[in-house]
Amino acid sequence: MAELTYLQAISDGLRTEMRRDKRVFLIGEDVGVYGGAFKVSLGFQEEFGPWRVIDAPLAETAIVGGCTGAAIMGLRPVAEMQFADFISCAWDHLVTIAAKQRWRAGTPVPIVVRLPSGGGFSGGPFHSQNPESSFAHIPGLKCVCPATPEDAKGLLISAIEDPNPVLYFEHKHLYRRIKGEVPEERYTTPLGKARIHREGSDISVITWGAMVYTADEAAQQLDSDGVSVEVVDLRTVMPWDKAAVLESVRKTSKVLVLHEDTRTGGFGGEIAATIAEEAFEDLDAPVKRLAAPDTPVPFSPVLEKAYIPQVEDVVAGVRELAEY
Amino acid sequence: MAIAREAGPVGSLHEVREAGLDREDLLGIYRSMLITRGVEERGHILYRQGKIPGSFYTGRGNEAASVGVATAMGPDDVGTPLHRDMGVHIVRGVDPWRIFAQYMGRQDGPTHGRDGNVHMADSQLGLIAMVSHLPAMLPVATGAALAFRIRDESRVAVGWFGEGASARGDAHESMTFAGTRKLPVVFVCDNNQFAYSTPSYLEFATEHVADRAEAYGFEGVVVDGTDVLAVYREAKRAIDKARAGGGPTLLECLTLRMEGHAVHDDAFYVPKPMLEIWAASDPIERFRSWLRDNADLTDDEEGEIESGVKRLLITALERAEESPQPDPSSLTEGVFASPEDLDTPHHK
Repeated sequence: MAELTYLQAISDGLRTEMRRDKRVFLIGEDVGVYGGAFKVSLGFQEEFGPWRVIDAPLAETAIVGGCTGAAIMGLRPVAEMQFADFISCAWDHLVTIAAKQRWRAGTPVPIVVRLPSGGGFSGGPFHSQNPESSFAHIPGLKCVCPATPEDAKGLLISAIEDPNPVLYFEHKHLYRRIKGEVPEERYTTPLGKARIHREGSDISVITWGAMVYTADEAAQQLDSDGVSVEVVDLRTVMPWDKAAVLESVRKTSKVLVLHEDTRTGGFGGEIAATIAEEAFEDLDAPVKRLAAPDTPVPFSPVLEKAYIPQVEDVVAGVRELAEY
Repeated sequence: MAIAREAGPVGSLHEVREAGLDREDLLGIYRSMLITRGVEERGHILYRQGKIPGSFYTGRGNEAASVGVATAMGPDDVGTPLHRDMGVHIVRGVDPWRIFAQYMGRQDGPTHGRDGNVHMADSQLGLIAMVSHLPAMLPVATGAALAFRIRDESRVAVGWFGEGASARGDAHESMTFAGTRKLPVVFVCDNNQFAYSTPSYLEFATEHVADRAEAYGFEGVVVDGTDVLAVYREAKRAIDKARAGGGPTLLECLTLRMEGHAVHDDAFYVPKPMLEIWAASDPIERFRSWLRDNADLTDDEEGEIESGVKRLLITALERAEESPQPDPSSLTEGVFASPEDLDTPHHK
């Protein structure tokens, strides 16, 4: 075991797969000589050469569409969007081709698109978004949102191994802030299997990505007041671990669904609806959602703090449920 | 003023032999063109009989362009043909009965009723199924070429698009990327002069679509898309060049769309004189005359080819009509691929 940052764990996972499987290649803007905008692929081009670590023109459509073509030809492309926000430029290639090709034409498209996502550093409306629910809605795409360094590596390897198009949302705010023990050897973390980040008995908080830490901090505060919070880290939003969520809800009978994406149409709505459909009799309070408001992500630190759910928002939400 | 090279017609049998075709090949090309048109004509009848759900599209007038390019492709090359390129499926060996089954949304169509019209491809024959967003197939073809380059394989990808599709960013991004990396891809523009009802001059402001190639750093060629041998010669040149590491070519095949955008469209907006001019250079009739004048095509041979195609299509229709409807209970299967789906030679 070595202690790695979340970012180092992503690099480690990618390097592990590229060393093991010569079909895997990385393509994106500035991923080669520069090592990526966030330096995830620093030193990769020296190790793997310019045809496996490919500096692409500023052309997301060509990058993701090109990955689709290369995948159909038997390679295992990993594309890096410089920011998750730029995936809008490649929407067609994920949604129109990659997502539908297996179902419609019998052709699997095993690609991974890495998406540095999330806010918290004044990135503004175009460098801070969390677009996972838009893609979770598209049949044929998988969405992965690791929270810990260990998962960042294991889920990336699983995503590369997976025979489907997988969107890998790596939260920028966790890159260098979060450190953890990461096994040195190759391992996979299954897609669709949640983990209990913190055990508790009174209230379940269902979340993923950076919000796992917000929930955990809130849980620590609430613990001293005698409210025991269970934090469920979904790890992957599509597929999502319905069984684990329902099990936690049945144990605690009260649930807060928390995400950094905006509220309306956010994936939390799907989770809340499923709980209402399948665990209604086990609930002692209405399912509560806590998410960003329905606005673009703001730039100013003051506004952004008001936008992204904060620890005190989670504390207040959980208290409300506790008192219900 | 044109920037692209304007390719001339093919004159003699000698010239054709130099391009690598013998007499058998020529008769094969003629046969493929007849099958291509025959499939679409019978599809039209099926549509009128109410047997084809949705709409119905043909490539009438584009038979030489599609057959000519496909004939120039090698067995390991791949392509992303569109809805005017039935000839590509025929040349690569797709059985016409499966195409009829596809038209009718039956179980034995290549997409088993999950998608319609020419949204199909047999991947075993090196084809990738198109989507309705036509220019979106160009980055996919470019990506296939990238895979060949990464693996250092002697293979070429052919990406088709229309002059309408040339307006979208996908075309620009693909050609930019392919140009910078000298990828082994040939971009084939079926310029049939109308994108639904929109004429070419509202899609691009240069004389030819192929004029753009210069700006991407590779060669652009315009060829008469009703001249199958000229199309073949230019496609072969472009494919050979790509295979030899010379990078992409943009090959524009100029034709006229001889029917509406789809069956519901009477194409009133296409000027009559224009249709008359292009009808006089019907690709099949043109090649038939060429074969008679230059390759001694006899009445007997012609009759034999025609009746053979007729028999093939009658049998194909019968077989397709027997194909069952897809099973609704299978609807949700296969949204996601399983690891076994990758159990193919090229995914190993």
